[in-house]
Amino acid sequence: MTRSHLALAVLAVVLLALPLALDRYLLSVMILILYFAFVGQAWNVMMGFCGQLSLGHALFVGLGAYTAAALYQHFGIIPWVGMVAAVAVCVAAASFMGWLAFRFGIGGTYFALLTIAFAEFTRIGFDHFGWVGGSGGFFLKVIQQDRVDLVNLRGNPVLFYYFALALAALAFLLSAWLLRGRLGFYFRAIRDNEEGARAAGVDVFRYKMYAVQISAGMTALAGVFFAFYYNNLFPEQIFHISRSIEIILAPIIGGIGTLFGPVLGAAVLTVLSEGINQALSMAGHEIPGVKQILYGIALGAAIMFMPNGIWPVIARRLGFARRGDGDA
Amino acid sequence: MLEVAGVSKSFRGLRAVSGATLAVERGEIVALIGPNGAGKTTLFNLIAGTLAPDDGSIRFLGSEIGGWRADRVCAAGIGRTFQIVKPFADMSVLENAMVGGFRGTRDRRVARARAEYALQALDMWAQRDRLASALTLPDRKRLEVARALATEPRLLLLDEVMAGLRPTETDHMVAAFRRLNAEHGVTILLIEHVMRAVMALAQRVYVLHHGEIISAGTPQQVTSDPKVLESYLGTGALQ
Amino acid sequence: MPLDAIANIILSGLLTGLVYGLMALGLSVIYGVVRIVNFAHGELMAVAMYAAVFAFALAGVDPLWMLVPMALAFFGVGYGLQRVLINPFIDRPEHSQFILLLAVALILVNALLVAFGPDARTVQVEYALDSYEIGPLLVDKVRVICAAVALVACALLFAIFRYTSFGKAIRACADNLLGAQVVGLNVKHLYALTFGLGVACVGVAGCLLSLLVDVTPSIGPAYTLLAFVIVIIGGLGSMIGALAGGVLIGVSESVAGLLFTPSAKSMLSFALLILVLAFRPQGLFKAR
Repeated sequence: MTRSHLALAVLAVVLLALPLALDRYLLSVMILILYFAFVGQAWNVMMGFCGQLSLGHALFVGLGAYTAAALYQHFGIIPWVGMVAAVAVCVAAASFMGWLAFRFGIGGTYFALLTIAFAEFTRIGFDHFGWVGGSGGFFLKVIQQDRVDLVNLRGNPVLFYYFALALAALAFLLSAWLLRGRLGFYFRAIRDNEEGARAAGVDVFRYKMYAVQISAGMTALAGVFFAFYYNNLFPEQIFHISRSIEIILAPIIGGIGTLFGPVLGAAVLTVLSEGINQALSMAGHEIPGVKQILYGIALGAAIMFMPNGIWPVIARRLGFARRGDGDA
Repeated sequence: MLEVAGVSKSFRGLRAVSGATLAVERGEIVALIGPNGAGKTTLFNLIAGTLAPDDGSIRFLGSEIGGWRADRVCAAGIGRTFQIVKPFADMSVLENAMVGGFRGTRDRRVARARAEYALQALDMWAQRDRLASALTLPDRKRLEVARALATEPRLLLLDEVMAGLRPTETDHMVAAFRRLNAEHGVTILLIEHVMRAVMALAQRVYVLHHGEIISAGTPQQVTSDPKVLESYLGTGALQ
Repeated sequence: MPLDAIANIILSGLLTGLVYGLMALGLSVIYGVVRIVNFAHGELMAVAMYAAVFAFALAGVDPLWMLVPMALAFFGVGYGLQRVLINPFIDRPEHSQFILLLAVALILVNALLVAFGPDARTVQVEYALDSYEIGPLLVDKVRVICAAVALVACALLFAIFRYTSFGKAIRACADNLLGAQVVGLNVKHLYALTFGLGVACVGVAGCLLSLLVDVTPSIGPAYTLLAFVIVIIGGLGSMIGALAGGVLIGVSESVAGLLFTPSAKSMLSFALLILVLAFRPQGLFKAR
């Protein structure tokens, strides 16, 4: 076993055992970390691996959430089936956006703008979408919290912790697998030099589409998690550009294009964010906007001084050097 | 194997290539020379699919490939390098070559094997774990060739790969290409300014000037053709 | 609804659209020359709007008097922004530039939120309720003035690029960067000038818009998006396109307000964007 595999195994054991040691509040913080690690990694597939910038990823979270929630609430369809539908909806949306933006080989600008526009459009649209509650919100029925219903995803935070952990692990494994195969190689080639990739035989349009579809599909699952964990959905909240920015902060600070970057970034950011929340409420001032300013400063600082994120620096220090043939 | 007939390309009224006709037979090494701005890279771009021709036909192995997209042309068996190299900066040398190696296959081992073969042929295997962004320019050029070679092309289009190399390095490259051509049957069409390489490698030469082919023949014939001497005196000829 | 009422609404949208066009023009100029996607465009305009509101609330100054000082101040802001913050990012990958400007936008919006709170502010000048009668049409005096000013500003910008030496130098940079450098043009300075001009447009547009709409911090991002929609529809790099696109969007917002609910007016603009991207992605007008 290599060093990195050993470290991974240790981490896995720790994460599996964590609920035994943590109180309710810390558990919820961990759930947040895992959630952002998962959704950040999903975004990373599109951006870090393939170089396609999405600034409206909240769109997929929201679509996934509403799809599964609506199917559950209106038709009694269990969330595990709802997940499939959520993924389908998000992949379709991503395909449409990709088709509009990529087919003439125009630059990433159009795609990024489209993601924002689509998210905004959907936000306003859902505000008027009465069948799922409109701007007043959509609520899932909640049963007693001590009953654990795996089929319907109803239960206490421990259940959701393991669900989030499973998702994060899934994202990690999927990304690692992607990077090893042709998809990963072609994605990175497109990211680094589109024309060179074309000359080396890469069908750039097709692979960009794959990247956005995979990313969107993964993010759909985050949406399903969101819906069943929080039990209420508001368009103004879930589709808002602030959510999209939160999603991208973790991978950018942790390290775009790496496997561990999003996880590390999620941990750092969630801890910081909770810390700020506590500090602000202790100071007695709940000023809306202060946290966002700090996010903005963090984002600006990260992109200016550490564009590759924290993880590459740490990895080198710890001795997890990159091997050259994609065995990341 | 490759037949270019009457191909033309204009950019906003400027004729870059005009009625160009050339042919490359299986197993040959053919050179395309001419003064700067003659349209050589444009012609390559037309063959390789980066640009679509306005007129004329480009046939490869019997199929009309004019206007095909670059990745489709690569799949058909034409590998190419760029004059201004386009490496995958954040990937290692081996990974760069593997991108080429994945052409037509999903199997990572096949891609790796092809990449290894190509890198060995270009003497880059020792540097396989270095990031492409850390390479010197001559090494990047060799990487570019290796990546194209890893796609297992029938025809290799090389765009000024000798530029900036010292004479010993040039000789190494020439030897490598001769080996590839003789032992592995790779057909080569190259654009070159370095006459040392042209004279050593090419069996036939075409001369392009102002977008038109003005001369064709063996290296000796072409370099003594008064039309060619009139249009450009290759500095390499004085070496 | 009676025909002349509809015509009034459309005309009103057209006039507002001219101001949108000025805003989008600034964005187009920046992108066309510096090749930077200014993600903070609308947020900068929001700052201008709040400045106008503040000046009006504090000293009763009509935003129209603020036009020239605002244009100059924002020119300076744009110049400084480009020189100090953005210039190091010129050679960085596109997405890094996006994210940097996104960070700037985020800070601006929330600074406004913290400073002014989320409630809507307006500028109610004494002639705010006056209107002109043109035949059967009834149109707001304020709107007409704003549209006229916007047109003048656009014409001025056009003239700058056509006839002044630095305007020509800027166009040279846009057309052929290497050539411009070879000829000895100070590209950094020219880029900063361009950014300054683009942001000045937004300063003027902000002043004008403060007379026409309610000002909240969240309109910043909304107008950034709108500016991009306009520029993409009009054609990236085309000055006429930015103006025409602005008018088109202004009218479509009015129409959407007529047909659907007012809160859904951006939906129609968005649908237009999709149509353009689907059928004519280079935009309605070719780049100049």
